Amino acid sequence: MEKYSLYSLVRNSFTQHRDWSPAWITHDLKKNYDVIIIGGGGHGLATAYYLAKIHGVANITVLERGWLGGGNVARNTVTIRSNYLRQESIPFFIKSVEMYEGLSKELNFNLMHSRRSMIDIIQTYPKLREIKRKMYVMDIFGATYKPISVSEIRRRIPTLAGGGNDSRLPIIAGMVHPEGAVNRHDAVAWGYARAASSLGVEIHQNTKVNSLLRNDDGTIRGVSTVKGDVLADRVAVAVSGHTTQLTDTVGLRLPLRSFNLSAFVSEPVKPMIDVVVNCPDLGVYLSQTAKGELVIGGAPDPGQSFRRGTNQLVFERTVGAMLELFPSFKKLKLLRQWGGTVDIAPDASPIISETEIPGLYITAGWWGGYKAIPAGGLTFANLIATNTPHQLTKSFTLDRFETLDYILEPGTTTRV
Amino acid sequence: MLIIDCPFCGPRDEREFEYCGPYRERRPDNMDNLSESDFIDYLLVPENPEGVGQEFWWHKRGCGEWLLVVRDTRTHQILSTVEADAE
Repeated sequence: MEKYSLYSLVRNSFTQHRDWSPAWITHDLKKNYDVIIIGGGGHGLATAYYLAKIHGVANITVLERGWLGGGNVARNTVTIRSNYLRQESIPFFIKSVEMYEGLSKELNFNLMHSRRSMIDIIQTYPKLREIKRKMYVMDIFGATYKPISVSEIRRRIPTLAGGGNDSRLPIIAGMVHPEGAVNRHDAVAWGYARAASSLGVEIHQNTKVNSLLRNDDGTIRGVSTVKGDVLADRVAVAVSGHTTQLTDTVGLRLPLRSFNLSAFVSEPVKPMIDVVVNCPDLGVYLSQTAKGELVIGGAPDPGQSFRRGTNQLVFERTVGAMLELFPSFKKLKLLRQWGGTVDIAPDASPIISETEIPGLYITAGWWGGYKAIPAGGLTFANLIATNTPHQLTKSFTLDRFETLDYILEPGTTTRV
Repeated sequence: MLIIDCPFCGPRDEREFEYCGPYRERRPDNMDNLSESDFIDYLLVPENPEGVGQEFWWHKRGCGEWLLVVRDTRTHQILSTVEADAE
């Protein structure tokens, strides 16, 4: 791997940047691997990287249906935070946020990581009570969540002109989560891919997996792809919303439903918001990118969906909610919109687990999985390598549903 | 936005309806014959089709009836709408 540095930038400028080596190497698809990871998104690539780096598994392939950075790793709002409610979730997300902060250096890839605080705008008393409960639990586990006054909110977010005393839902309180951050989604996918490739991980793009294969004794045998069968003793599924489409092929039934979650991006404007603003009562959250665009996230589409478009009704509600608080944004034009397919478990918490099929592992149920990429990869790699769950994810296994031990995690956009 | 053709009210837009989950059989009567794992499977494991699936929609801000809608999850095209079986 060519080390990226100021020196390498200057050196390559002498040859008009024509001699940069490829960030990852292209291979021919082999017949056998030690581990097959299905899905070359954030979680799949991070898992491959940590498997190779920490556990020394060399013969790994990542099979990606499309191109790197083209799936849900690019279809999100890059919001990184650890303000969760449950004692199982908070340490996991704290770990993930910490890992993100050191990741640019570790991967030698500029993720443009920007820690900038997340401010929750509270407009109803039930939400205030819920959020105070979250504050007390988070305090126990070491995540920061502090109340701030309405005038402090307005000082920190000058464009927040709505939500006054005469409005439908006046702002009554606010919470600040200083760990809140954003970074660049493509860089996360590319950085992990480049680092994994340099450790010998084979990445195959345009290699759609059609089905899983089982041996006669019930164990996993490999996968059937558009480029032929590929065999391995261990197969890991990291495909976000399409998990059940793969596990159905071997008769494994999972408690997951897939939904479409959409986001919108405005035209770039000068810096005006330097925090992530979350309005849980209205169901909208937004931040401003380094390029100046506003990234606006809303609620999911009602009804299960595998469509990647956006629903006009969701769009109207999200934008309408945003304009209640930020009336001046009415002048902004929206440049892009997208929907991503995400799956959700009955308790809205993730599943990182072995399955009833020996050798088949799944990471699924990531409702907002972007923030979980580093810790998700780390813990999933641990599970695949050692066959025991990582300390941080020992509660996120599939067997919790056998006893209905839910880890209920109500969030901004979950419908639990 | 979906336009759901309610058999009682005619075509109405999605705003009038509440999504009530994928289709599933009625809760089994003889619970004694049902193993715990089968019942949890019934409770938790939904249909999640990539393609045509059946789901319940409640005409909450209309006639109040429950409808069984057949919809393609890839395109959101609605193939049929009938009254949900009211046994």
